[in-house]
Amino acid sequence: MSKKKYSAAIKDVIAEEMRADSSVFVMGEDIGALGGVFGCTRGLQQEFGKERVRDTPIAEAGYVGTGIGAALTGMRPILDFMYLDFVYVAMDQLLNQAAKLRYMYGGRASLPLVIRGQQGIGRGNAGTHSQSVEAFFTHIPGFKVAMPSTASDAAGLLRTAIRDNNPVMFIEHKALYATSEEVPDDPEFAIPFGQAAVRRQGKDVTIIATSLMVGRALEAAEKLAAEGIEAEVIDPRTLLPLDLDTLLHSIEKTGRAVVVHEAHKNNGVGAEIASQIMESGFKYLDAPVVRLGAKPCTLPFSLVLENAVVPGVEDIHTAAKQVCYK
Amino acid sequence: MDKQMILQVYDTMLTIRKFEEKALHLFEENKLRGSVHLSIGQEAVAATVGAYLRKDDYITSTHRGHGHAIAKGARPDKAMAELMGKETGYCGGRGGSMHIADVESGNLGANAIVGGGIPHANGAALSAQLRGTDQVAVSFFGDGAANEGIFHEVLNIASIWNLPAIFICENNQYGMTTAVDSVTSVKDIAVRAAAYDMPGEVVDGNDVFAVEKAIKKAIKRARAGEGPTLIEAKTYRWKGHWTGDPEVYRTREEVEEWKQKCPIKRLEEHMQEKKILSEKQITEKHQEIDTLIDEAEEFALKSPEPDPATVLDNVYDEGEN
Repeated sequence: MSKKKYSAAIKDVIAEEMRADSSVFVMGEDIGALGGVFGCTRGLQQEFGKERVRDTPIAEAGYVGTGIGAALTGMRPILDFMYLDFVYVAMDQLLNQAAKLRYMYGGRASLPLVIRGQQGIGRGNAGTHSQSVEAFFTHIPGFKVAMPSTASDAAGLLRTAIRDNNPVMFIEHKALYATSEEVPDDPEFAIPFGQAAVRRQGKDVTIIATSLMVGRALEAAEKLAAEGIEAEVIDPRTLLPLDLDTLLHSIEKTGRAVVVHEAHKNNGVGAEIASQIMESGFKYLDAPVVRLGAKPCTLPFSLVLENAVVPGVEDIHTAAKQVCYK
Repeated sequence: MDKQMILQVYDTMLTIRKFEEKALHLFEENKLRGSVHLSIGQEAVAATVGAYLRKDDYITSTHRGHGHAIAKGARPDKAMAELMGKETGYCGGRGGSMHIADVESGNLGANAIVGGGIPHANGAALSAQLRGTDQVAVSFFGDGAANEGIFHEVLNIASIWNLPAIFICENNQYGMTTAVDSVTSVKDIAVRAAAYDMPGEVVDGNDVFAVEKAIKKAIKRARAGEGPTLIEAKTYRWKGHWTGDPEVYRTREEVEEWKQKCPIKRLEEHMQEKKILSEKQITEKHQEIDTLIDEAEEFALKSPEPDPATVLDNVYDEGEN
């Protein structure tokens, strides 16, 4: 084990996979000399050269589409997005092409493709650099979607993503890059997709949280514990596939659930998770599932306003008490 | 072009023509559904380019892609079965007319989004470069796609990375119902190559020998690692954009004028003149291809429908890496 930052964990896995498999290469904006705005490719161009760590023009649709062609013909590209907000510039290539080609070709093609980058609040980047994009990629069939909330998960899930034969949307968080923890040194360390992590055990209420919200949910759980409510905090880690079994197992015990994400609450992934819980676990529920997510407005620039839009510890604390009728 | 190559290109053109005519007939008989975009009149480009590509080279195609698929080696029977949505089709009935692909034989797919397939050829070219092979990748697209942003992004990327990519714009004069000159800044799309520092050439897309000259040069350049080329083949689609197009945007006289420039007829005249095939042999060739296409129809009609129980298959590849 080595103590590593979330960003370093990502960089190390990319390097290890590139050493192990010559078909893995990286393309993106400002990833070479700079090593990415957040350092996730720092030093990689020096080790692997400009051919395999390829700076692209600012042409997101162009390099995503080029990555698709490379993936169809034996390569395993990692496509780096400086901000995941920029996926909207490349949506045809992502949702009409990458997500659909294998199916439309009758299963006679594979697209081993990782789209990775960061999203979310934390740097005062305002509406076009602070969004959460996961719902687009869980809605259109064809992508797998991972959202690591810790350095170790980032490493284990990224290795699985690179080795997967499908397009994977790998969603990091800008406010998590500087967090660090012990990460296994084993170059085979991989976390399978579709396995949620129980971050805290509890018997009274289940809080399902993704990415940055996992930390806030854990903080809320400590406050709840001081008031005699034991919250179980679960991080799904991948939204597609979703580990519904682990969620239902917890809810069978607690009878109550809060789903919290940073993305907009309206039509967000939380709605899907809440619905699946109700479809499969209604008999366990003692209260309606409550969803928390960003308010239905563009992410504002002002820190005060940004904090007013995205769920905070207090919001999670209040929602958990609400489902416990306290 | 030697005699054998001429015969190969002729065979492919005739197969495409008769495949398209059969598809139209079947559509009118309600045996096909969906969008069927025919390339009748444009056969010379696909057939000639296909003849000069190696089996391990790549192509990407468009919504008007039956001809490109056949020219890259697709079997008419499996292609027709795909048009009918049958299990035996190239995509098992999941893709249809606009998405025929055969990745193993280098056809990375037709693409129903205008310009959508251009970057995929670029990526195949990058893949060949990274793997150190001398494969080349051809992207077929129309005049409409040359006004899409992705076309410009991709040509820039191909140029800066010196990729073995060949961009072939089949300018058939109309983007759906809109005349190309009414929506395009340049008379010749090929001149846009200059903006991306690559050779650009206009050719008569109804003349197999003109196409031959351009594609040989582009392939040679790409295989030698000298970079991409843009070729604009001026041609014309005889039929409407889709089956059922009222064709209010052009005159009958214009269509007739282009029919006089039929690429197949021109090659037949050349072959007779050069005594490559006699009139009798040409008639026999037509009969031979008619039989092939009738057999394709028969195969497609008799093929089973896909099983609805398999509808969720192949969303993901769960195989081991």
